[in-house]
Amino acid sequence: MAFLTDRKRATGLGSAKQGTEHFWNMTVSSVGLAILVPLFVFTFGPMLGAPHDEVVAYFARPFPAIVAALTIWVGFMHFKNGVQVLIEDYVSGLARKVLIVAMICLSYAAAATGLFAIARLAL
Amino acid sequence: MADVNRGDRPLSPHLQIYRPQLTSITSILTRITGNALLLGALLIVWWFLAASTSAEYFAIADGVLTSWFGKLVMLGSLWALWYHFLAGLRHLYWDTGRGFDLPTAEKLGWGVVIGSVVLTVLTVIVI
Repeated sequence: MAFLTDRKRATGLGSAKQGTEHFWNMTVSSVGLAILVPLFVFTFGPMLGAPHDEVVAYFARPFPAIVAALTIWVGFMHFKNGVQVLIEDYVSGLARKVLIVAMICLSYAAAATGLFAIARLAL
Repeated sequence: MADVNRGDRPLSPHLQIYRPQLTSITSILTRITGNALLLGALLIVWWFLAASTSAEYFAIADGVLTSWFGKLVMLGSLWALWYHFLAGLRHLYWDTGRGFDLPTAEKLGWGVVIGSVVLTVLTVIVI
């Protein structure tokens, strides 16, 4: 380190890397969720606490199944990017990387589980 | 080296320095609600998995989500969802470069707070 110039040490440490792409992903997913969330609330909501056979029949229909699948997928991708900003703001060093990786894994796992469940209900 | 203070630099003033304002509180709440929604979202994914597995498993998951604790989490998640929804719309509006003057920002703040409660009550009545 002692042989590096100040400029060399500073290069690449700025905030501008994947920032614009991250911002754009959040914008697009938020617009998608702005449409999906009301649809999901009023299709999933009445099914909470309903009998099992009614739930199975309801999510065998295309519209509720597609809305639920899209909401879970886009929602968890939005969460994956959002929680990354939270972690970057409050955690530093190795813990930051470990947490971000863990949250990305959790997001994909939850989204995949949701899609699998809805596919099995719908088909 | 020129940088003798490495790793020990003063921090810029943070939250506790500033008087809380509607704009700052609503911004912080946006972050809290968005991330807290993880709990409700995971419960709902579990509910779907149980529904797709068997009637017995569904009875367990549905029982947890409709217990008093589950209802509390679902109601809290519903408000958090509507709050984050409205705050997100506010962000999309701000992203176009509009609405940054203080009177408008204050109105938007109250709109998000009151709107989220109204939408939550309406949803509970409808469902």
